[in-house]
Amino acid sequence: MGTEYVAIVATILITIGTSGLFGGYMYRVFTNGRTWLDPVLLPLESLILRVTGVDPAEQQDWKRYSGSLLISNVIMWLATWSIVTLQQYLPLNPDRIANMEPALAFNTISSFVTNTNLQHYSGETGLSYLSQMFVITFLQFVTAATGVAAAVATIRGLGGNRMAQVGNFYVDLTRATVRLFLPLALAVSVFAMWQGVPQTFEGAATATTLEGGAQTIARGVTAGVVSIKQLGTNGGGYFGPNSAHPFENPTPMSNLVETWSITIIPMSMVVMLGAMLNRRRLAVVIYATMLAIYLPMVVFAVAQEAGGNPAIGAMGVDQATGSMEGKEVRIGAGLSALWATTTTVTSNGSVNAMHDSLTPLGGLVPLVGMWLNNIFGGVGVGFINMLIFVIVTVFVAGMMVGRTPEFLGKKVEGREMKLASLALLWHPLAILVGTAVACYVWATTPDPGMALGWLKNPGPHGFSEMLYEFTSSAANNGSGFEGLGDNTPFWNISTGLVMLLSRYIPIIAPLAMAASLAAKPAAPETAGSLRADSATFGLTLWMVIVILGLLMFMPVAVLGPIAEHLALR
Amino acid sequence: MFSQQSTVDSRQQWTVGCGLWTEIRRGVLFTLTTMLLLGGGYHGLLWGIGHMALSDQAEGSLERRADGSIIGSRLIAQKFQRAEYFHPRPSAVDYNAASTGGSNYGPSNPEHLKAVRERIAVIVAEDGVTPGQIPSEMVTASGGGLDPHVPPVAADLQAPRVARSRRVEVGAVRELIAAHVEPPLLGIFGRPRVNVLELNLALDARFGQFAPVLNTAREEVR
Repeated sequence: MGTEYVAIVATILITIGTSGLFGGYMYRVFTNGRTWLDPVLLPLESLILRVTGVDPAEQQDWKRYSGSLLISNVIMWLATWSIVTLQQYLPLNPDRIANMEPALAFNTISSFVTNTNLQHYSGETGLSYLSQMFVITFLQFVTAATGVAAAVATIRGLGGNRMAQVGNFYVDLTRATVRLFLPLALAVSVFAMWQGVPQTFEGAATATTLEGGAQTIARGVTAGVVSIKQLGTNGGGYFGPNSAHPFENPTPMSNLVETWSITIIPMSMVVMLGAMLNRRRLAVVIYATMLAIYLPMVVFAVAQEAGGNPAIGAMGVDQATGSMEGKEVRIGAGLSALWATTTTVTSNGSVNAMHDSLTPLGGLVPLVGMWLNNIFGGVGVGFINMLIFVIVTVFVAGMMVGRTPEFLGKKVEGREMKLASLALLWHPLAILVGTAVACYVWATTPDPGMALGWLKNPGPHGFSEMLYEFTSSAANNGSGFEGLGDNTPFWNISTGLVMLLSRYIPIIAPLAMAASLAAKPAAPETAGSLRADSATFGLTLWMVIVILGLLMFMPVAVLGPIAEHLALR
Repeated sequence: MFSQQSTVDSRQQWTVGCGLWTEIRRGVLFTLTTMLLLGGGYHGLLWGIGHMALSDQAEGSLERRADGSIIGSRLIAQKFQRAEYFHPRPSAVDYNAASTGGSNYGPSNPEHLKAVRERIAVIVAEDGVTPGQIPSEMVTASGGGLDPHVPPVAADLQAPRVARSRRVEVGAVRELIAAHVEPPLLGIFGRPRVNVLELNLALDARFGQFAPVLNTAREEVR
């Protein structure tokens, strides 16, 4: 395992090191600055805005901004739902994939419109090439851009002084799509292709193997999906096994670039925050607090997977390379554990190993990442979730020292706290109530194994499968314990609804909160103000996140992963 | 347009619903434009680059026979059962590259542990080794069910069986394995590994094709 630890440290350092560069680029894009890609990308941006009928100078207040966001998302939902439910009548379908049935399409489209990318279908059997391009790829770009737009508007609100306007949704959306994601995705796609990721319109290849058997090898326009699924914290793979499939992640080099692609934008987002508010120390405190949660999780997950499965160890085989069920040789257990942690603290949800087969406590780490959902987090939304915790920390700290809580010179009052609490409490509510309902249905159905067929694994692990599914939906993550038989009306509809509510409540409530702060006059900071850009504040924030964010999930953690861990010892 | 109006005006417009049609029109136009750009233009451009510069990879890294028929993909494991060939890692989908996946067995699942125990027994019988010599990779299913690689020790383990079945020197087989070991990138990223299909192709090239291809009829595309 020795060299794997070096690889893990190197991967993290490369990502942190480059986040300053990309954060600076994003800052220039969203503050009308100049970048070296402007000659190519500015005309494209202007073209889209002209066709859409938006004047780049137009400003919106938070209600109109949210209105544009919601209405555009409804239209994208309707358009893409129509395509997947009619795909067999449409072109670019060499493998003759059938139409997606309406309930599964409801789940799939809700999943992709909300940047979740939970998949109750398998790409190679469930989607035509046309759907992969005009539904999946399209949504992976624009929903990531939607998250970035919401975050940029929220940051503008925070920095505002008696200000009503937060920017223009379509301008932000177009910029994020064309000037941030498009060039990065093109570069990563070409790199991925060089490493062996296919990009072809030919149907599946029919091979006669060396032993004379037949093998049908599904392929397709994979390279274009692999890049944006990572960069936009989407996570929805081209094939069922996602980046564990050799066509999505063929080499250690592709694995490195894909791991980098998961966190680069969420990390850069914090850098951009510091530049936009001109408060770099605050950005450093938030960045460091995130790292102080992320890094211990990585260490713990890697240690668990490197330790192997004790039940297999007892059979006497050599587990020197760690627990390898559901993992790939070219990647190894250590880099798989790094990916599992990274993909769930951000709301990405792509996998390079099967999470259902992780060791019990190794599988707890992705759950923790999604319960928090703000350690770097999804592009845009993760940062917004973090902001909620920052406001709550300001409030708690203010209460502790008996002073009016203030953030960036603005008083944090009842209205802000109500909006922050709404966003904060929705997350555990959706997860715990959802899991409870699923358990109730399972427990009250006679012979559930035959009648429902949900759970591939018995005992505490079966409970973890249901818990994971609702956690992943509420966190807009999209990874799964895939042993769950989830293509059923119950799971398609329940998780579809959870994904939709868990996307828009935590975007709109913080935007309203930021707008409410923006409308207030900024008081000059004095020696008596609570400083949010100090190490003390960072430590308080860390504790609020861990205590508030995790304690309410302690009982379910014990019932699932921890019970399984103790049983396996 | 709204751009000329003050915030207060536009908010009033919004609440009385006059702005709704404008919003819908913008949503539709944005969706259509970017769908064409990102679904069509972006994928088309990538396809063009792949087709011109990286056609081998873009088409799926296929290995072909002299007559052009496809043997398989270098990146995709195929099923090997005969003693004369090296065997890949177990696959939860029986190496079906049209419907892929892992086992999704939890670590404590009794069925999973039973499957592992059976695989150990098979390898002990086939290769005459003790369980302690078997790397766990060879008794656990890979993530995608198509892992094209095995660790070098797993290939070494199979060398005596392959040599015996082909009636060749085990040393010559081991040399072939050594020549096919791919080291980690820069010595750290990923694990050392051997591509099973490439190794088996090299076996056939060096020692003569073993299994005659009886069935060249191509299976219909689904």
